[in-house]
Amino acid sequence: MTFQSIIFYAFSAVLIFSALRVITAKNPVHAVLFLVMSFYTASALWMLLYAEFLAIMLIVVYVGAVMVLFLFVVMMLDINFEKLREGFWKYLPVAASVAILMVAEMVLLITSKNFHMGDGAMPGAPAAISNSKELGRILYTDYLLPFELASVILVVAIVAAIALTMRPRKEARSQVVGDQVRVKAADRLKIIKMDPTVEAASVAAAPESAPTPPASSVAQSPQTPAPVAAKAS
Amino acid sequence: MMITLSDYLVLSAVLFAISVAGIFLNRKNIIVLLMSIELMLLAVNMNFIAFSHHWGNLAGQVMVFFILTVAAAESAIGLAILVILFRNLRSINVDDIGTLKG
Repeated sequence: MTFQSIIFYAFSAVLIFSALRVITAKNPVHAVLFLVMSFYTASALWMLLYAEFLAIMLIVVYVGAVMVLFLFVVMMLDINFEKLREGFWKYLPVAASVAILMVAEMVLLITSKNFHMGDGAMPGAPAAISNSKELGRILYTDYLLPFELASVILVVAIVAAIALTMRPRKEARSQVVGDQVRVKAADRLKIIKMDPTVEAASVAAAPESAPTPPASSVAQSPQTPAPVAAKAS
Repeated sequence: MMITLSDYLVLSAVLFAISVAGIFLNRKNIIVLLMSIELMLLAVNMNFIAFSHHWGNLAGQVMVFFILTVAAAESAIGLAILVILFRNLRSINVDDIGTLKG
């Protein structure tokens, strides 16, 4: 038994145990923590398959972000989890028989001699080229468009998550942009016509202060014809 | 006794079956349902990586990369829906979410 197979069987045992605990844990916080453990173990197994980049990414992105998000949500919601577990024992025989049947079928198929799938040991370490470098090379050449599409998916997920959970505060004041755009000049500004009136005082004052062009100083010289008064409504 | 491709495939089949059983068992709890789906995706990813290593082709690892992206988006949106569901119904029981049945 080589060192690699010892690692494989040990980590597989931990992985299966923690997966079983995920689905049977009474407390969902424990379930999330066991899920973290199973992802961590799976990452070690991926390391055994020389997929270093994905193993690190599984820990950093998945355990670091997604599982912590799960943990946040589980801890934020105040739920009676006992009530959600009713029917657990009722469905256990069905679930166990379906799972055992699935595993039996898959094992029969995978280990079948006619299927020629797992014959021989796995190949050793790939040539002395870095897994991350090679993955980056094909990701930015052969798979460039799917890669861009993945970024679009992430943006959509961000927008959707924020739009779903954002709740405006009740006392917050905000602008109604539709009303602002729909407003007309006539709603705000009223143009009225006034008769030209001449007052003695202003006539006397006018030549001293502003003797000049009547066109530019409409407001200051009321004796000009066609006065326009603006009034805010 | 070396590990072969079949060992990895059997491991991922067991993981997949466990998560299917989890969907059966925790039928009412949406959080555990989402976690079972994550486990299923993990099993699929392990298949991809095992085949990718076995045949020396990196396309499988690129596929795992995309699956991880989509799974992260899925769980983010799923948890957001869960939060607003709890905000409106005060419950995450699947049986309480029957409004669309009419």
